[in-house]
Amino acid sequence: MGYVVEGQTGPWEIVCGLEVHAQVISRSKLFSRAGTAFGAAPNTQVSFVDAAFPGMLPVPNRECIAQAIRTGLGLKAKINLWSRFDRKNYFYADLPAGYQISQYQHPIVGRGEIVITLSNGTTRRIGITRLHLEQDAGKSLHDQHATKSYIDLNRAGVALMEIVSDPDIRSPEEAGAYLSKLRQILRYLGTCDGNMEEGSLRVDVNVSVRRPGEGYRTRCEVKNVNSIRFVMQAVEAEARRQVEVWESGGEVAQETRLFDAARGATRPMRSKEHAHDYRYFPDPDLPPLELDPDWVEELRRALPELPDAKAERFQRDYGLSAYDASILVAERSTAEYFEAVASGRDAKLAANWVMGDLFAALNRSGRTIETSPVSAEALGRLIDLIADETISGRIAKQVFEEMVETGGDPATIVDARGLRQVKDAGAIEAAVAEVLAANADKVAEYRAGKEKLFGFFVGQVMKAMGGKGNPALVNEVLKRALG
Amino acid sequence: MSKPTDLTIAEARHLLARRQLSARDLATAHLEAIERLGSLNAFITVTADRALADSARADDRIARGEARPLEGIPIAVKDLFCTEGIRTTAASRILDDFTPPYESTVTRKLWEAGAVCLGKTNLDEFAMGSSNTTSAFGHVVNPWRRRGDNRDLVPGGSSGGSAAAVAARLCLGATATDTGGSIRQPAAFTGTVGIKPTYGRCSRWGIVAFASSLDQAGPIARTVRDAAILLREMAGFDPEDATSADVPVPDFEAAVGRGVKGLRIGVPREYRLPGMSAEIVALWEQGAAWLREAGAELREISLPHTKYALPAYYIVAPAEASSNLARYDGVRFGLRIDPGGDLDDLYAATRAAGFGAEVRRRVLIGTYVLSAGYYDAYYLKAQKVRALIARDFDRAWQEVDLILTPATPSSAFAIGEKQDDPVTMYLNDIFTVTANLAGLPAISVPAGLDGGGLPLALQLIGRPFDEETVFAAAAVVERAAAFDALPAIRA
Repeated sequence: MGYVVEGQTGPWEIVCGLEVHAQVISRSKLFSRAGTAFGAAPNTQVSFVDAAFPGMLPVPNRECIAQAIRTGLGLKAKINLWSRFDRKNYFYADLPAGYQISQYQHPIVGRGEIVITLSNGTTRRIGITRLHLEQDAGKSLHDQHATKSYIDLNRAGVALMEIVSDPDIRSPEEAGAYLSKLRQILRYLGTCDGNMEEGSLRVDVNVSVRRPGEGYRTRCEVKNVNSIRFVMQAVEAEARRQVEVWESGGEVAQETRLFDAARGATRPMRSKEHAHDYRYFPDPDLPPLELDPDWVEELRRALPELPDAKAERFQRDYGLSAYDASILVAERSTAEYFEAVASGRDAKLAANWVMGDLFAALNRSGRTIETSPVSAEALGRLIDLIADETISGRIAKQVFEEMVETGGDPATIVDARGLRQVKDAGAIEAAVAEVLAANADKVAEYRAGKEKLFGFFVGQVMKAMGGKGNPALVNEVLKRALG
Repeated sequence: MSKPTDLTIAEARHLLARRQLSARDLATAHLEAIERLGSLNAFITVTADRALADSARADDRIARGEARPLEGIPIAVKDLFCTEGIRTTAASRILDDFTPPYESTVTRKLWEAGAVCLGKTNLDEFAMGSSNTTSAFGHVVNPWRRRGDNRDLVPGGSSGGSAAAVAARLCLGATATDTGGSIRQPAAFTGTVGIKPTYGRCSRWGIVAFASSLDQAGPIARTVRDAAILLREMAGFDPEDATSADVPVPDFEAAVGRGVKGLRIGVPREYRLPGMSAEIVALWEQGAAWLREAGAELREISLPHTKYALPAYYIVAPAEASSNLARYDGVRFGLRIDPGGDLDDLYAATRAAGFGAEVRRRVLIGTYVLSAGYYDAYYLKAQKVRALIARDFDRAWQEVDLILTPATPSSAFAIGEKQDDPVTMYLNDIFTVTANLAGLPAISVPAGLDGGGLPLALQLIGRPFDEETVFAAAAVVERAAAFDALPAIRA
């Protein structure tokens, strides 16, 4: 038995599906030549088509269609070679044409799936119902003036992919895992930047609850939840609310709700906000979208390696654990960084450096892998210095910190700081003799059988040598001297 | 030499090229005629300064030997085409003083071919009507008069201003648009030639949309040859219109003299309506006889779903219109009536004040047929009918090369007649809507006069993208009919 919500009258199961609106990465809009850059001054990226001037016509942007196909392929989904654009009609000030061009009955992408991994290590398959292309609306700004609303049409007409999951999600954790995985795939594909704060990824959560083994009960849609954490909270809060309604003898009404993050609860939208009859019909300005199967094949061949395949390969080729592999493939840029470091080197050592010292340094400095002060090549050269015994692992950490500070080259730092390992037997023997002379009592204890003290002597010798003694030689000389 | 305003485009082209006539004089003669016959109300906007400047440039180019195909030819533009820097109204109050910052593809091509812009012609509001009486700028008067009757007649619609202007010699030709007969019916009512080309032949970019899947631009002129000359410059693939066809544009003018020898021409039995006037029946038979004498083989054919065309049209067209006209909301351009309430109040007040009764009727019908619960019974069924009508034609093309029908069920009627019942008015389109539903090229060519001395016309419908055969047969009818009657009111 999986995740349940414990009610007064027994356990309840969550049934959840997500509708994700992912903004397509493209230079121009879905049906116009206007630009799509985020953060431009209001109404500076608007064509006459976007502003729905008389006589203006939409022309499909081939790159946006390619992005939808890539995403479909990345979700192992059926690509529909015949699809159609429909008009969704409603009046709003930030919807210039009075309709949104969308795909209602015949989406470009059909059934697919995402495999999620949960914290206990188990995996689950979440079905994708469909993916379709549609235009974004503009933005209404109600807080700029006491009595007027301002409209920014920069976003109007930007391409969105609406990705709808099956109602396969059974817990808040699964909802979060699904969304993280979807976001990861989109970012790998380069079809959406997944930036939830900027609104590139917006989520509607559909939730219902049921007694284990029952059919579906009435669902509610929680609109526009804008972080993975909030999605998980919204699923939980809405499920608990519905359990209370059912258990108090009430009936859950099918409605659209909003998640109030401050209160950690959902509330109904005003009925006026969703009382629409959208009057969908095929857009007569756009012929059906017919895809050339050769083009789809070409796009398929050009797809990047996706996270699951990459994680498998990392385990197979680099001997990494499933956990380490999953950490390293989380972001495409991290995986690429790791591979650049690992290539031709000890992969496990490379993984430890990336996940350990590098991640810690990035965290401390608030940087990302893309802006890392230590390049993959530099980290690789540092590892080479350990491998050829120019420096010890301990000294390497010191060198690394300086690389983070200055962006310098490891060999240069080692030379400048005189950190090269000492392999000269005479110097080591001298240091050993000194340490043993200064610790005659401990030497006696050791010789009497307290062999654990060996580590103490190693530490003292290394300390005396400023950490630069070759560890193997130090061990060897000590063993001999302690005889 | 005949008066400049009586010339055909072909004749004017000849005289201009030989410099026996200046473009400037030709433009001036037309501007004077437009002013003198202002009572026809054919124009919404006259662009006299532009016409003079255009014609002066044309004279320069002709002098330099750089004349383009329409160099110096004065034409009028239906006020549904957006013209850069010239107010564009669609004959609706809702566009107010909207002045487009862009030029429609079709008019841009005409100007690039050297045509001279006289102004913007009147039309039914948003091209919705068959009488040109729904314009916010007043009705257009047909330059023809019924014998012994001094009442003003309608010029037909929606391109009534273009047709009246061509008939009354206020321009040598005009652009028009046809959604259900809006080129062919006014051409028939005014004794002019009008062709609606194949859907996709002319770009719709920059034309105020009525019903996107049916709208198509075409010319109105005084001869078949002139219509062919104009269409060649208007047509062509436009990457800015996803429904525009990427096919070559043939030399339509060259097809005009081709004749009909050996062509098989169908006469569809379903177009013989019960109660059809004897004059129309006689004209139709006469047309068939002319074509037979010219060497065509006439045969009766069947287009079995014809009777469903008009109802299907009056579902599809309003449905698309209801959505196309949603953008006229008072927010970004055109009229805004702000009653001081919320956004919905702004919409309601603006649209109530901006749209006339016929437009409101069609927006309501269109909204209704697309509504949840009615979509399948109306819109979806109409689309199925449309597919069946297209299939009727596909089958007919296996037997014949061309189809001959009357253009309209009657001659022009008086203003105010047929006004009480919209459905009677809609019947005007009965012979013309099928070509729009099936996307086929169709021409209206004057073929005779009725008992009252008013023009009657025949329609020829062709295969997709075979305007050449349509022009060839229309020229045969034109020659045989020797239609030389003149309207009562003319320059």
